[in-house]
Amino acid sequence: MTLQPLGIVVAYLLFALGIGLVAYRVGGDDAEDFYLASRTLGSLVLLFTTFATLLSAFTFFGGPNLAYSAGPEWILVMGVMDGVLFAVLWYVIGYRQWLIGRARNYVTLGEMLGDRFASPALRGLVAGVSLLWLFPYIMLQQMGAGEALRGLTGGVVPYWGGAALITAFMIVYVMLAGLRGVAWTDTLQGLFMLSVLWVAVVWVVGAIGGVGPATRGMINANPDFAALGGGLYTPQFIISSAVTIAFGVTMFPQINQRFFVARSATVLKRSFALWPVLVLLLFVPAFMLGAWASGLPIEVPEGANVLSVLLAEYTPGWFAALVVAGAMAAMMSSSDSMLLSGSSYFTRDLYRPFVSPDASDSREAWVARIGVAVFAMLAFLASLSRPGTLIEVGDTAFSGFALLAPPVMIALYWEATTADGMLVGVGVPQLLYLVHVLVPAVPVDVAGTTVSLLARSYGGWDVALGFMLFGAVLTAGVSLVSTPTVDEDATAFAVGGD
Amino acid sequence: MMSHCMRDWLWIVAFATLLTFSVPWFLWGTSTVVAGLPVWLWWHIGWLGAAAAVFALFTRTDWDRMMGVDDGVGVGRGEKP
Repeated sequence: MTLQPLGIVVAYLLFALGIGLVAYRVGGDDAEDFYLASRTLGSLVLLFTTFATLLSAFTFFGGPNLAYSAGPEWILVMGVMDGVLFAVLWYVIGYRQWLIGRARNYVTLGEMLGDRFASPALRGLVAGVSLLWLFPYIMLQQMGAGEALRGLTGGVVPYWGGAALITAFMIVYVMLAGLRGVAWTDTLQGLFMLSVLWVAVVWVVGAIGGVGPATRGMINANPDFAALGGGLYTPQFIISSAVTIAFGVTMFPQINQRFFVARSATVLKRSFALWPVLVLLLFVPAFMLGAWASGLPIEVPEGANVLSVLLAEYTPGWFAALVVAGAMAAMMSSSDSMLLSGSSYFTRDLYRPFVSPDASDSREAWVARIGVAVFAMLAFLASLSRPGTLIEVGDTAFSGFALLAPPVMIALYWEATTADGMLVGVGVPQLLYLVHVLVPAVPVDVAGTTVSLLARSYGGWDVALGFMLFGAVLTAGVSLVSTPTVDEDATAFAVGGD
Repeated sequence: MMSHCMRDWLWIVAFATLLTFSVPWFLWGTSTVVAGLPVWLWWHIGWLGAAAAVFALFTRTDWDRMMGVDDGVGVGRGEKP
């Protein structure tokens, strides 16, 4: 009986794989089609493929877990970051990149910057930094899947088993499908997840007698959950999380590459205007379920996902399995987008320029595929050590990517930016942040008060926020005092008549 | 007829306002529940709805002009303007 849900999950994953294969047969087999679906994605597909990429274990399991333990304010953090700030950046960074990429046929962020600044080093640095932070984010999906399957099958499938299953599917899928396949399944899964989530809310709320009683139960169990703020949710936490995540998301390889793939600006415009609505439709039910669960008589074991436990308790087994299957499939397609973009960063920006400039196309395609397999396997091994909660691991990755955003934005809009400015503005904050992530905090006595050096946050503010500002200052400052090399081409980033 | 510069600033102020009050800071600590949900959540839902409307208006008006490109430059290959 406990293996029946596993059957549903595997069947759904195989179904998603089938869709990917069909999409692959439709497309061509050159690199531009594999990575960018020949720049022909329409509104609905672009919207949902970007949306589904955000639909990761971070949103789907991490979010409800946080709402369960700390209150529903996480809706606001994700709402302001995703619904408003990300939408604005979608225009400021995304539309600009689309205009530039279309004129010059760029495929990756590193390629765009490397060409503009005539700097292979910058190209390699951007690709390297991106791959570095992609690693924990892939790991996050494996951790989420491992827990989800364990919760669903009541422990029959161990944590490592679920993580291994999704790793295997990711590798097979990304090798076979390409972006067109990933985009098609993203659309399917985005719609599917939104629908089942609302069905789940109706089901659970119906079982406990309505929204009013659900919220009253939550308040009885946690009197401070209804009040805005308190506990974990300080203004510093809300602003730090929203800013680092929103800027980080724009620099995620799979999201950033989406800025190059839209068929026309109409597609970008529609996605931009629909964004806040989609965000509401997804986050309000998902996180309220987590918050309501805190008032219900259910046991959530240490490390388990509250959503799986809640569904297993209040909905029929097949439905709970379907939601977990959908969530895992959504996570799989997010991971695939990431791995796919990661592999294009690796082959185009690292392997070809630095290792083997004369590699044939088929050799490059093989290197990409082997790279994906190795990368996913390493992330799987690392996920077994469970280095933190889903939110913690995700947040580290978002912040790492967020540090890339200020130099890139300056480069996109300020002609006087130089290669030296970019190298320093990208490199130094990354180095500083890495040290803060990897080295434990050291308390030091300064004039009688204890100050933590190398802490992840100061006075409640994420240290990455400071490094973002520092990166902007470095990029602008070094650009002012350095001169561009003869090959640097500011016109590469000129759009229209400016 | 408003000058372009004036209009640009209005958009910037509009976006900044949308961003700032997506979190209803003035309701900090309020635990009033309305129709089953905390009142600050209702604010957030309404505010994001308003944001979608403002964004839609922006895409219809100054989307291209503020980026410094001509209207219609974003029309893709093989698509009618």
